[in-house]
Amino acid sequence: METSTVNNNFKSDEYFINMGPQHPATHGVLRLLLTIDGETIKKVEPDLGYIHRSIEKMCERDSYQQIVHLTDRMDYLSSNINNEAVCLAVENALQIEVPDRVKVIRTIIGELTRIASHNLWWGVMGMDVGALTTYFYAFRDREMINDIFEETCGARLTMNYNIPGGLMFDIHPNFIKRVKEFITHFKTKLPEYDTLLTNNVIFQKRMRGVGILSKEDAISYGASGPVGRGSGYSCDVRKTNPYSALDKVTFNEALRTEGDSFARYEVRIQEMWESISIVEQLIDNIPEGDYKVETNAVIKLPKGEFYQKVETARGEFGVYIISTGTKNPYRLKFRSPGFSNLSLLNHIAVGGKIGDLVASMATLDLVIPDIDR
Amino acid sequence: MTNEALQNLIGTWVPNPVTSELEFTEEESQFLNISVQPADLHQLMTQLKSNSETSFDYLFCLSGVDWGKELGVVYHLESTTHRHIIVVKVKTEDRENPVFDSVYDIWKTAEFHEREVFDFFGIKFNNHPNLKRLFLTEDWDGFPLRKDYVDDINMIVK
Amino acid sequence: MNLSLSITKNIHDWLFNMMPETAASLVEMTIIALVYLAVFAVTGLFLVLLERKVAAWFQLRLGPNRVGYHGIFQTIADALKLVSKELTGTVNADKFLYNLAPYFVIITALMALAVLPFSAEFQAFDINIGIFFLIAISSIGVIGILLAGWSSNNKYALIGAMRSGVQTISYELSVGLSLLTVIMITGTLQLSEIVEVQRNGWLIVQGHIPAIFAFMIYMIAGTAETNRAPFDLVEAESELGAGFHTEYSGMKFAYFFLAEFINMFLIASIATTIFFGAWLSPFGITESLPWLGVFWFLGKTLVLVFLMMWFRWTFPRLRIDQLLTLEWKYLLPLNLMNIVLMAIIVWLNLTIQF
Repeated sequence: METSTVNNNFKSDEYFINMGPQHPATHGVLRLLLTIDGETIKKVEPDLGYIHRSIEKMCERDSYQQIVHLTDRMDYLSSNINNEAVCLAVENALQIEVPDRVKVIRTIIGELTRIASHNLWWGVMGMDVGALTTYFYAFRDREMINDIFEETCGARLTMNYNIPGGLMFDIHPNFIKRVKEFITHFKTKLPEYDTLLTNNVIFQKRMRGVGILSKEDAISYGASGPVGRGSGYSCDVRKTNPYSALDKVTFNEALRTEGDSFARYEVRIQEMWESISIVEQLIDNIPEGDYKVETNAVIKLPKGEFYQKVETARGEFGVYIISTGTKNPYRLKFRSPGFSNLSLLNHIAVGGKIGDLVASMATLDLVIPDIDR
Repeated sequence: MTNEALQNLIGTWVPNPVTSELEFTEEESQFLNISVQPADLHQLMTQLKSNSETSFDYLFCLSGVDWGKELGVVYHLESTTHRHIIVVKVKTEDRENPVFDSVYDIWKTAEFHEREVFDFFGIKFNNHPNLKRLFLTEDWDGFPLRKDYVDDINMIVK
Repeated sequence: MNLSLSITKNIHDWLFNMMPETAASLVEMTIIALVYLAVFAVTGLFLVLLERKVAAWFQLRLGPNRVGYHGIFQTIADALKLVSKELTGTVNADKFLYNLAPYFVIITALMALAVLPFSAEFQAFDINIGIFFLIAISSIGVIGILLAGWSSNNKYALIGAMRSGVQTISYELSVGLSLLTVIMITGTLQLSEIVEVQRNGWLIVQGHIPAIFAFMIYMIAGTAETNRAPFDLVEAESELGAGFHTEYSGMKFAYFFLAEFINMFLIASIATTIFFGAWLSPFGITESLPWLGVFWFLGKTLVLVFLMMWFRWTFPRLRIDQLLTLEWKYLLPLNLMNIVLMAIIVWLNLTIQF
């Protein structure tokens, strides 16, 4: 099917290769149709839809509490932050003010999720360029975060801890102690990551000058998150539209101007340091209070349109709800960061080699269920 | 810029506000909504991007909506310099063959978003470089996110 | 204690007494071939397990520890599994070449194994062009890889085979030249003579600075010769499936797999022979027990094999054009300058002799 339509566009002396849906480097079920000339890439066309579950259609018949559960499965590495987006949209629409305790806990858990996601990204990044040991070091630290989540939220990957109105349970008594232990442990490990991979000459030669994205192109292609920040576009939603407790903490936005893969890599490493500093600022000062505000069992949003942006580990995640006053949304659209980030793959990969494509795709940090929804 | 200032500015671009039917509304939404006719869409978008006081260079959300009778597209635009957000809506009553102009030449991110809208709603876009289905297979019948879509096998309706 | 010498001498005499001359030599050659096949098999088994244990140690885990005491029988279990696998050939593959390709790599590895001086008496084939023979034999191994990629009728395999061919041919130059640098001190290509020369001190000490450079260049080029990381984009799992041996399964895949480990052992053994004095002990401390020579040889080789494994699990992979740039723009000029330097040192008698 695809071969017949695709071959019509290619000249006969070009070589057509399929990086198929099952492939160790594509981070999920993504099919890339590559046209190559020797080692150089002439065109990259992604073929999506292998994990399309029509979440947006399901949201039109589900209640708002059920929709929160569906958002976990989209970008499963930042599931807490996705949940937070829908909960914040619903709370802003109903004009509910959640207690400060909820806001601070949501921010701490969101930043821990960001650290876990960037850890996994770092491990897989090393594996893609050939350093096979980084995977194990990254997962060793990620296990500590998963254990904290399991104790407090009840699950390791798809947490469902945020609900419209607050949190599902209060934090476990061990939470503060374990988070502090983790922070102390991780601060000694993050410099090791630099020694192993960042300062390695072979790694730098694979990443510097590869997959360059200029700032205008980043804005035009809708790049957000570390991809945009690596090109100099200051797009951190935590700074421009702060939510939860993010206006109470001070942190720097990680920005680089070169726009190559190494810049995007450094942005994420710096983001991990910034997240550690945010958690440190908040973990000792969790205010007392309720952990949720009671809402109706059946939530009905008023008539209107609501948009909420949050910053997940991949970039800017948006929830757009059109409601007609009933208990289901009339139309719910998820603006996923990976979708726009994927569209620039053709732009940055053309002219490079296959190895560069793998390295650039690893720095884009795509999670395919996020794109396919 | 505030919503009123934006409304005033954009209102001045249109030579005859009555005949071109540019509607501004702010109720039911936190941003300024502009409803525009399909024929004026491309020109308005170009002006929104190129004018230095508005300079909406970041298209962050492009959604298709089935309003019941009409089919429409909603564009969320943001400016990276002024940090204001605006919403542009366009609708058409033609459900058999809805066509709008593509904004791919203005914002390159529209390429994938418009393919998604075509896939789920059947809305075609003029001057799109590669308009074919994105998520569903090439031989899928129908447009799933429309409200009148029926699929006995795959859909569970409560 | 000349136990081994007396055993071989006894068998030799017994055979020649029993049969006419030609039959006896044929039988003797068959026995030696079988012994070396056994050495090959056992070394392969051991090295695969060692690789997995070393990898596990670097990656903070335990490695195979269920099959046998601390996992020693793991490789035998893997070999049994590979033997019992279905040999799936593709329909469009070139049958003759497809079946022939693995034998090229195995046969060249075995032939090279024959000339190594494990000990003063334990050397099967001591010809006067020892080093030359070794380098020539390892060049033939490339043909096996190219044939495998071509005959599989698979785009990925072909790309992998082409990359591998380019890589191996380029790095053979560096291997040859770095060995040549050290041969200048010995003045002979025969392996047992080279070991004799090292009684005055290992060649890496005799040749001090240029010999150390030659050793470093040799290790880099040797790792590239065997398609191991950081030069393993031939088999880059995250890029192209499994490279040139994608279409092989079962015993044929086992051949490629074993051949890679034996090649690694060969590169390390050649380095041991040339640079580190083969079976000689440092400063001659166990001179009186000649049968310990085998253990010295194996010990030194294992240290170098461990070094190569360490490279694999630490460094990322080089891209193909970076790999070729490294060889042609950096290693080759360095090698040539090194040869000149060594020539000057030998001519002026500045080598360190003990």
